[in-house]
Amino acid sequence: MNWSPMLISLKTASVSIVITFFLGLYAAKLVVGMKSEKIRIFIDGILTLPLVLPPTVVGFFILLILGVKRPVGRFLLEFLSVKIVFSWTATVIAAVIVSFPLMYRSARGALEQVDKNLIMAGRTLGMSERRIFWRVIMPLALPGIASGGVLAFARGLGEFGATAMVAGNIANKTRTLPLAIYAEVAAGNMEDSYGYVAVVVLISFVVLSLMNYFTIRGSKYTDKDVSK
Amino acid sequence: MSLEVNIKKKYKGFSLDVNFQTNGEYLGILGASGSGKSLTLKCIAGVETPDEGKIVLNNRVLYDSQKNINIIPQSRNIGYMFQNYALFPNMTAEENISVGLKLSKKEKKLKTNELLKMFHLEDMGYKYPAQLSGGQQQRVALARIIAYEPDVLLLDEPFSALDSQLKSELHTDFFDMLKLYKGEVLIVTHSKDEAYRFSENLALIENGAITGFGKTKEIFEHPKSLSEAKMIGCKNISPCEVSADNKILCTDWGMILKSNNIPENCKYIGIPSGNFETVNEPGANTIECKLVNVIEEINEYTIVIENNNGHENNPIYFNINKETWNNTKNKNELILKINDFYLLK
Repeated sequence: MNWSPMLISLKTASVSIVITFFLGLYAAKLVVGMKSEKIRIFIDGILTLPLVLPPTVVGFFILLILGVKRPVGRFLLEFLSVKIVFSWTATVIAAVIVSFPLMYRSARGALEQVDKNLIMAGRTLGMSERRIFWRVIMPLALPGIASGGVLAFARGLGEFGATAMVAGNIANKTRTLPLAIYAEVAAGNMEDSYGYVAVVVLISFVVLSLMNYFTIRGSKYTDKDVSK
Repeated sequence: MSLEVNIKKKYKGFSLDVNFQTNGEYLGILGASGSGKSLTLKCIAGVETPDEGKIVLNNRVLYDSQKNINIIPQSRNIGYMFQNYALFPNMTAEENISVGLKLSKKEKKLKTNELLKMFHLEDMGYKYPAQLSGGQQQRVALARIIAYEPDVLLLDEPFSALDSQLKSELHTDFFDMLKLYKGEVLIVTHSKDEAYRFSENLALIENGAITGFGKTKEIFEHPKSLSEAKMIGCKNISPCEVSADNKILCTDWGMILKSNNIPENCKYIGIPSGNFETVNEPGANTIECKLVNVIEEINEYTIVIENNNGHENNPIYFNINKETWNNTKNKNELILKINDFYLLK
């Protein structure tokens, strides 16, 4: 079994989850704080769109922006000599965009569930908004945020469609696990894909267990028998 | 010490328009749920913003829509005890008390310990709110606010989160603890007992507007308006007409009462349910009536009656000692003497 797809996948998923985590959390914080209901619904729709669009369509849009003949892609190539499409960076971009809505929505739900009275209490106690966020909102929303992160990681790891569109299927460079499985099966080598499939199933199972763990942890502060 | 509030706010199809002043004595705000009590407190604390008006605390303008002043809640120095106490569930009692203090670590520790002691929570410092009883949670909430040395204390239904059995026990404790705080206190409640026990002055609030204001004792002893009488729980109220010879015709009950002290604009009459007495002969201020219902309470009976000339839709309720009622003859042809009544605007 060739280990390269596994390494590429883990590298892509690890880098993209760091970006997705903070980007999603930040976007959730901004949207929750928005005063205008209409703008909030609009922004929320745009941020969630990659979740419901076919990944190929997401890939299509990425190509529209970053393709070498498009303004942004051309600018990057001509002035910075960076070619994004069909590079490893493209796998990260695809994974970030596709997994972003999962992180954003989980974080948003978790932030919104924090009792508004606690935030108000913090304010009347003289706590700065920053302190309220880090000492009150974050700890209480953390289980939801963490499970969103785990879910986004799994989604990034399994990303196929958009990656194929923007990063291609270049062995040892952009061939991630899902692409490797596709390539092996397409070439008629079912046996060679068993190892890849096993790894994907194993990781997915671990991810689900982690999510359950975070959900259980979430009820920690409401249980009477909190251990010290 | 003074707090001046004059604010208007429209909120989810509800409109709040309140105007009152305090003079350093404890003020109670009594009203039904949904009458705008909590919203008023939230506006004072600055966690909600009124549409227009002015809030001044000890000559410091906290909010003035005309001058565009709106001090953030962090700088208002107002202590607000929330209805469910709003203790941070992820922090221990100790952390809850110290989290807002702007002191060095050592000073924080010192102050927190002092407060835990003051509020009889010595052994509770390491516990999380979910591990504390309702009464302990209430004390942590109060300690947390007092640690911050606010200029005014706002208490939003301080007992509504507690079991009713615990309440009366905790009333005394809580008010003792409250005396540790030297400053203005506003308490919002829907319970007339709490309002009576606690506050020297009382504001009545109904549908977002103040409908009565005065000394608590005076309002409870001599309500002057229909809404005051309703708020203190007077069940027997009827419109009335005053004639020249000091006679009052209670239109719903079809009876005539006499008084030498009738205020101007008297439009309603209220009779407290404890002010009836059974007598044998008709006389001044007596009514003859028929029995509608007898409700057995813990220590007394509540008797529902109708005056023989009265309307069916406005019966009269009165309370009577159990023994007296059991010894009363002719229960179906009662003659009642009315000892005292309220004449209301």
